[in-house]
Amino acid sequence: MTNALSKLLKTRDWLLADGATGTNLFNMGLESGDAPEMWNDEHPDRITRLYTMAVDAGSDIFLTNSFGGNAARLKLHGAEKRARELSRISAEIGREVADKRDRTVIVAGSVGPTGEIMAPMGALTHELAVEIFHEQAEGLKEGGADVLWLETISAPEEYKAAAEAFKLAGMPWCGTMSFDTAGRTMMGLTSADMVNLVEGLANPPLGYGANCGVGASDLLRTVLGFAAQGTDRPIIAKGNAGIPKYHDGHIHYDGTPELMADYAVLARDSGATIIGGCCGTTAEHLEKMHEALSTRPRGERPTLEQITEALGPFSSAADGTGDDDDGPKRERRGRRRG
Amino acid sequence: MSEDQDEIILADLSDEELVEQMWDDLYDGLKEEIEEGVNILLERGWAPYRVLTEALVGGMTIVGKDFRDGILFVPEVLLAANAMKGGMFILKPLLAETGAPRMGSMVIGTVKGDIHDIGKNLVSMMMEGAGFEVVDLGINNPVENYLAALDEHKPDILGMSALLTTTMPYMKVVIDTLVEQGKRDDYIVLVGGAPLNEEFGKAIGADAYCRDAAVAVETAKEYVKRKHNQAATA
Repeated sequence: MTNALSKLLKTRDWLLADGATGTNLFNMGLESGDAPEMWNDEHPDRITRLYTMAVDAGSDIFLTNSFGGNAARLKLHGAEKRARELSRISAEIGREVADKRDRTVIVAGSVGPTGEIMAPMGALTHELAVEIFHEQAEGLKEGGADVLWLETISAPEEYKAAAEAFKLAGMPWCGTMSFDTAGRTMMGLTSADMVNLVEGLANPPLGYGANCGVGASDLLRTVLGFAAQGTDRPIIAKGNAGIPKYHDGHIHYDGTPELMADYAVLARDSGATIIGGCCGTTAEHLEKMHEALSTRPRGERPTLEQITEALGPFSSAADGTGDDDDGPKRERRGRRRG
Repeated sequence: MSEDQDEIILADLSDEELVEQMWDDLYDGLKEEIEEGVNILLERGWAPYRVLTEALVGGMTIVGKDFRDGILFVPEVLLAANAMKGGMFILKPLLAETGAPRMGSMVIGTVKGDIHDIGKNLVSMMMEGAGFEVVDLGINNPVENYLAALDEHKPDILGMSALLTTTMPYMKVVIDTLVEQGKRDDYIVLVGGAPLNEEFGKAIGADAYCRDAAVAVETAKEYVKRKHNQAATA
């Protein structure tokens, strides 16, 4: 492996990823409803500031401002033809920020979901999904991203399509899913299911894991679920800084920097190697997380009780894995078609 | 189980058995079987409204409960809703002809800037599954779209959905506009979407936040009932 992330992973036993993109751009004046990716072109200074904030706070990896930079998402803003260009610029700005440092900083090209449901349930075919992801991947590659970073995925089919697209682009990648529905993804995938999905791919990611979701506690339960599968692939934990609250026309997340510091250390103890935040995570949170990871000793793998004690309750009693999995409770009558 | 054992002839079932079988078929998302079941019940002289409420809405209520309880997930619900749609397609013109009672109506759409319509579509389908009339405005709606649709359709409920923290504040823009124009109390306003919560719903002045599509249906029924009661006592 010659890519920068693999090299860095060989020298370190934990890496700090970045925090929120949307939350931080809002704080810089992004209007509700506008596409953040437009700022790559219109306000590159602000995107430079976004990345710099994370790197200054100690992040080893930061994600580019290209989460919604695929054609399916940009279509809403009439910018579907700019997917490759806007993605490229997001990575170019990132490259500049990263190359100014005397330590290795990884530019991770963010790729978010298409926002569409895949066939046969929805209209998006596998071929088209691959094409959409491939176009964005090429843009991020041109811009100089070290690695592609798929995030907030719910459907296994979409994860597979992205893996295929990233192979076409010849880029190493990482990929996380959002476990926001009773401990599973919206499409019903459990943490154990995701490990099977990842290990079964022809082009598996360098690291995999969970991002966004509900709160920090839920995210760590998911990480424990990954770790229980016992594979060696690095696990990524990027949880939200608490729960969103509405205040004076703005969204604030209720997770304090201190809570996120505890979360970061618990994530490492749970088995995660790459640790960061998601929505609501500001530079202040990242600084505390960096400090905690640098100064606090590693501990035993926490129990579910220890997680809730430190970070608050889970959003659901079970997450569909292990002994908790009761399966469908309903008595079935005779099925006529198998 | 072998094919032979599994084979059930719908037309041979009693009314009661057939309805229960249709609940299972809805649960399994079997569209053709649902269409067949609807036609059989109609042939047996069932009123379209009874077919809707007992067979279809009854079945979707089970799907909704299991979705709410984390037993079923989006793919299964989409299949069930698709089967329901097959049955509704047959019943809709008949319901209109027979002047069947209405559960209520809803105008729904994702707010400006938000193209994530999976949740909104689920709510639409589950509301239709519960017998509501739904006017779906699709994605990315500025306040003008909501206002025009409210004026045109005079629904009981306005539903707004947002999946992004970047778009959820726009719900307040819509509600504030309704307040300014003195129309806020004409509608039940329900909001939903992954990053929202009850506190947010209250803060922006919605009637209720609905955690998922199943809860949206339950909440809608409760509020419409309350609204009708109020109208009756007013």
